[in-house]
Order: sequence, then C-alpha cells, then structure tokens
Amino acid sequence: MTNTSLRRRITFAVARKDLRIEWNSRVLVNQVAPFAAIVMVLFAFALDNDGILQRVAPGLVWLATLFSMLVVIQRSFSVESADGALDALRVAGVDPTAIFLGKSIALMVQLFALEALLVGTAFVLYNITMSPAGLVEAFVTMLTATAGLACVGTLYGGLAAGVRGRETLLPLLLLPVVAPVLIGATRAMEAAFGSGGAQVSEGWPWIGLLTVFAVLFIALGSVAFGPLVDE
Amino acid sequence: MSTHSGTGTKATRGLGIIVLLMLIALAFFGLVFSAEDVVQGSTVRIMYVHVPAIWVAYLAFGLTAVCSAVYLSGKNRSLAWDRVAGASGEIGVLFVAVSLVTGSLWGRLTWGTYWVWDARLTSTAFLFITYIGYLAVRRLGGTHRQRARRSSVLALLAIVEIPLVHFSVNMWRSLHQSASVADPNAKVQLDGLMLFSLFLGLFAFTLLFVWLVLHRQRTLQLEDAFADRGLDAAIAARREEAVK
Repeated sequence: MTNTSLRRRITFAVARKDLRIEWNSRVLVNQVAPFAAIVMVLFAFALDNDGILQRVAPGLVWLATLFSMLVVIQRSFSVESADGALDALRVAGVDPTAIFLGKSIALMVQLFALEALLVGTAFVLYNITMSPAGLVEAFVTMLTATAGLACVGTLYGGLAAGVRGRETLLPLLLLPVVAPVLIGATRAMEAAFGSGGAQVSEGWPWIGLLTVFAVLFIALGSVAFGPLVDE
Repeated sequence: MSTHSGTGTKATRGLGIIVLLMLIALAFFGLVFSAEDVVQGSTVRIMYVHVPAIWVAYLAFGLTAVCSAVYLSGKNRSLAWDRVAGASGEIGVLFVAVSLVTGSLWGRLTWGTYWVWDARLTSTAFLFITYIGYLAVRRLGGTHRQRARRSSVLALLAIVEIPLVHFSVNMWRSLHQSASVADPNAKVQLDGLMLFSLFLGLFAFTLLFVWLVLHRQRTLQLEDAFADRGLDAAIAARREEAVK
C-alpha cells in the first residue's frame, strides 16, 4: 500500500472514531448546542434592541462559534487523554499527520453543524433575511472559516492536551490566532446577511482571507502536530 | 560547582555600566538637549523610548524564533538555545508592554484617546498576547526537553501567524502614522539632534536587551540545574531507602 493511501485511510478512521464517539455520547447535541443557543439569547439581553441585533448578528454568530469551539476542542482531546489514547496511537507508530487531519475533519463536521444551528438561531431571534446569493455566500464562508478553525483548534488543542492547566491555556493560545477568522468571517457574513446595507459582492475578498488561513493551517498543522504532541 | 554567586561576569558588568551611562545620556538628549517638535511639541520625546522599545521587542521575538529553529534543527539539541529563546521571549514581552504603554500615553496627548482601533496598534496588542501565551507554555512543566520542543514549535508557529494577523487587521482598518524615518521615499524630516537622540535610544536599548538576555539565560540555566539536582537528590534518597 502506498504511503498516501495509508495516510488517507488512517485519517478517515480517526475522523470516523471521533464522530462515532460524539454520536454515542451526544455531548455536542445535549451540552454544546444548548450552550451556544443560550449565548445567543444572552447577547439579545445585553444589546436589547432589534436594530442593533440585526446589525451585529454576523459578529455574534461567530463569537458564539468561537466560544463553543473551545468547549468542543477540549472535549475532542479529553476523549484522547482520558485513557492515554493519544499516547497509545503515537506509540503504535500511527502517522501524526493523519491523526491531525482526522481529528480536524471530525472537528470541522461538528463545528459546521454548530454554525448552521447558530445561523438558524440568528434568523429566528434576530430577524435576519437573506437573498439566494447571500445564502450561497454564507455557506462558502462557513465552509472556509470552519476548515481554518478546525485545523488551528486541533493543533493548539493537541498542544494543550494532557498537561495540567490546559483548561485555561487553550483560550489564551487559540483566541489570538483565530482573530483573522473572526474578522474575515464576520465581514463576509455581513455581506451575506446584508447587515448595514452591505452588498453580497463585498464578502468575497474576505472569503479569500479565510481560504488563505485554512490552507496555511492545514499545512502548518500537518507539520507541527507531531512534534507538539510527541512526549 | 563554583561558589560564584550571581550571574554577572567582568564582561557583562562592563556592558551593564555602558548601558547605564547610555540610558542616562539618552534621558538628557531626549528630555533636555533635543528640541520640541513643531507639530507635536514635547510629546515627541516619548518617541525616544517608544520606538526603541518596539524595535527591541521585534528583535527579541526574532531571536526567539531563530534560537527555536536552531534548537529544533540542531543535531545535539542543546538546551542552551532553548533558554536563550525563552529569555529573549520574556524580554520581548516586557518591551512590547513598554511600547504599548508609551504609545497609548502619546495617543492620549496627540489623538486625545488612549486607544484607537488602528491596524498597527491592534496587531501589536495581539503580538503581546501571543507571546504571553508562549511564556505560559514554557511554564507548563514536564522535562526540560518537553518544554524546549513545545515552546520551539510554538515560537515558529507564532512567526507565521503574526504576519497573517497583521495582514487581516490591516485589511480591517488603518490610520497609524506611517513610519517617517524608515520610509525610503520620504526625506528624513527629523532635525539632526532629534535623529541622533532616536538612534542613541535604539542603540542603548539594543545593548540593554543584550545585557538582559545574557543575565536571564544564565538564571534560567541555574533554574534548570537546580531542578535537575533536586531530581537527582530525590532519586539518591529513594535508593538509599531501598538499600536499608
């Protein structure tokens, strides 16, 4: 078997494993999604004005995504470190790049589901409307932003896994790095939602930024994940 | 083990004295000898600290990245490189803080506000937080080797992600005063003595940085040695117990 096809098989095996664990435990559905929803309601309490909510809805969707992501990443690595599963994989000589890609894919699927829920919540709670072109743009934004977030999250989640104090360390490491995603995804989503009179066409350069971020961190993560988790 | 206390040598003491004299000279040139700016008045004097501080911060993070790369690529993976990287990172964080504080004081006097959401300010704040994270990772514990590998990889990641943050914040907005001395197209508008004070500041702060790194990496070396000795002593004590 060639190296590439082996790596691909391991990647999908790891992704399937993570998603199956999630499917069986339902942490995302039972805990993270309600958390994200309550954050959206709390934003409404804090801002208490329909006009403002509509205007800032894209930013709120992505902020809620970032906060929920922290919880999901911690969950993704606590299932690994609980029984020393990650160490076992490494000792067994499993390709760290494949582990990285697999966990990123699983994280991406979960985050995408979460974002879809958050956008839906914004529709209902904040009274958003979208044109068909905006809908396509929102979808592409979510896709590119999520790819970047999942890779960066897996990379830093892996670093913080298995050490004391990781609960407080992860946000400190991760949030400064994902700033470009928050900026890009918010602007692109504003264009998609038409918030503040933005045109749909204004969003595409930001999607370019999101794509650059995603590609960069797929590459960086593939190289750096091994040395970071290798103990 | 030498009974020598402290981290100084003759050379570093000499360097320390030179740095001290230069900083005193800088204070005089910056506050007394150099003229007020036509537009900014006396607030221009903040520049003599602000610009050297951010220069040292960039220098420090650059050195951290270079030492981290050398550590990871070197055959014997000498921990000395890791300690220099760590020392440099700590000092870089300190000097970013200095430039943020002096910058916001200057902003208060010139723009009327401590903070504006300008691209360069915002990305400098991100630089600050990123390296605070780097220092936190250095303190995670584990063996020296674990610390060195983790933090080296992180330092190299930071070097890649910081330009990206800068670029995206730039895309977001920009209003900072463009660099007036470094711009090749602009004629240098600074008066001779002001320019001299600025370069004196850059030189003095660079030497100060060298002096601080030398001392800090030595204390880090002593800390590592102390931790190793503590471990050796504990192992020896258990062995003795077992023999009895």
